[in-house]
Amino acid sequence: MTMNTHPSLPEFEYVQPATLAEACEFLASHAVEARPFLGGTDVFVRMRDGFLTPQFLVDVKNLKGLNDLHFDPKAGLTLGAAVNMNRVIASPEVKAYYPLLAEACRSVASYPLRTRATIVGNICNASPAGDTIGACLTLDGVLHIHGINGPRQESMASFFLGPGKTTLKLGDVVTAIHFPIPPKGCVGMYLKLGRNQLSDLSIVGVTALGYPDSNCKSGYRFRLALASVAPVPLVPTQAETYLANHSITPESVHEAARLSTDACSPIDDVRGSARYRKQMARNLSAKALAEVWKKLN
Amino acid sequence: MAFHKINVTINDDLEQVVVPSNMTLMHMLRESLALTGTKNGCSAGECGACTVLLNGEPVNSCMVLAVECDGAKIVTVEGLAGKKQLDPIQEAIVQEGGVQCGFCTPGILISSHALLKRNPNPSEDEIREALVGNLCRCTGYVRIIESVKVAARMQSVTT
Repeated sequence: MTMNTHPSLPEFEYVQPATLAEACEFLASHAVEARPFLGGTDVFVRMRDGFLTPQFLVDVKNLKGLNDLHFDPKAGLTLGAAVNMNRVIASPEVKAYYPLLAEACRSVASYPLRTRATIVGNICNASPAGDTIGACLTLDGVLHIHGINGPRQESMASFFLGPGKTTLKLGDVVTAIHFPIPPKGCVGMYLKLGRNQLSDLSIVGVTALGYPDSNCKSGYRFRLALASVAPVPLVPTQAETYLANHSITPESVHEAARLSTDACSPIDDVRGSARYRKQMARNLSAKALAEVWKKLN
Repeated sequence: MAFHKINVTINDDLEQVVVPSNMTLMHMLRESLALTGTKNGCSAGECGACTVLLNGEPVNSCMVLAVECDGAKIVTVEGLAGKKQLDPIQEAIVQEGGVQCGFCTPGILISSHALLKRNPNPSEDEIREALVGNLCRCTGYVRIIESVKVAARMQSVTT
């Protein structure tokens, strides 16, 4: 017998279903003991650390259609669940129409890790710190899910219930995420504060997206999403509404940043204190909004 | 726990290996195939010492299951050089002294080789970004980054 000289993954069975239906059925009939996985970049680390002990890991990344990246100038972008982040960054269509998505992916870990990491995996992991989730929320991503009763769609906006908790039901596999064509003239940005400039998890992350909108009193609609400041990826709707109804000035931007901070309920952890997070959420929100506003004009 | 028989091409050699479900690609390389050039640093996808090419793209081999590699092509640091000639990044890192203790070097070589393949003329910022997942605790990166620049120049002369 080979002796493992280094701590490795705990024991489990690797399952590779041939079809989506087979995957859903297996997951549904092994409720507690099975878990689907794509790149494994979160699952393996948490298994190694003893936080997860699945009896079966169900590899869904080779299922039909899960590796497709499809863009249609009218319908928008569909990313198969197994499309890795480096492919998203390298896609000319993403670069042209969804640069915010590429920017968010680029902030994740390192190139070799992004060969395996996926946006859908980042979403399903449901960490409040997920770097790509803010872009998916502000770009109105819709998840395509296959469950035991067949396919359905779910909006990103109502997907997160708590840390690691989502509306996914037993037997569900997320097969893709779809983005509509972004609003005309939109500008987005992701500001990430980590312990180092590249590669770390966020202490606070702020995604901002702005675009001209004649339905708003201010003439502009701003979308915001905050990472690592609440049990779920946070959309500070009061701040968004405020900017829709008040002319965009340095003062209104600061008021919106204050409102988004009010919505935060961060925790102390190894990366930063709750107090620091609140202050930085305010600073980064103001900075992101001001930068987006500058680019809009 | 089940064992799986996989066929995998490693440095141009086809290997048949029997692996348990929980064996990582890194463990298979080091312990089943004695390819110990691939190093085990953090086992968590952070240090990059175990970086190899999986179907042409760099991955942290500690974050890939061996069983997932059935049918795949792997290149480890042992397979980077040609029969008679080192890869340009190997030449450059020797020439520039981009090695101190050497533990991170296999991962640095693989990541840099992959960078130069997708971007033959990278800027310093692009080199730094490509190597962000390869930690070196000795040299302070200056000579490593210089090595990548030199390798890029070597490549442009030979091609």
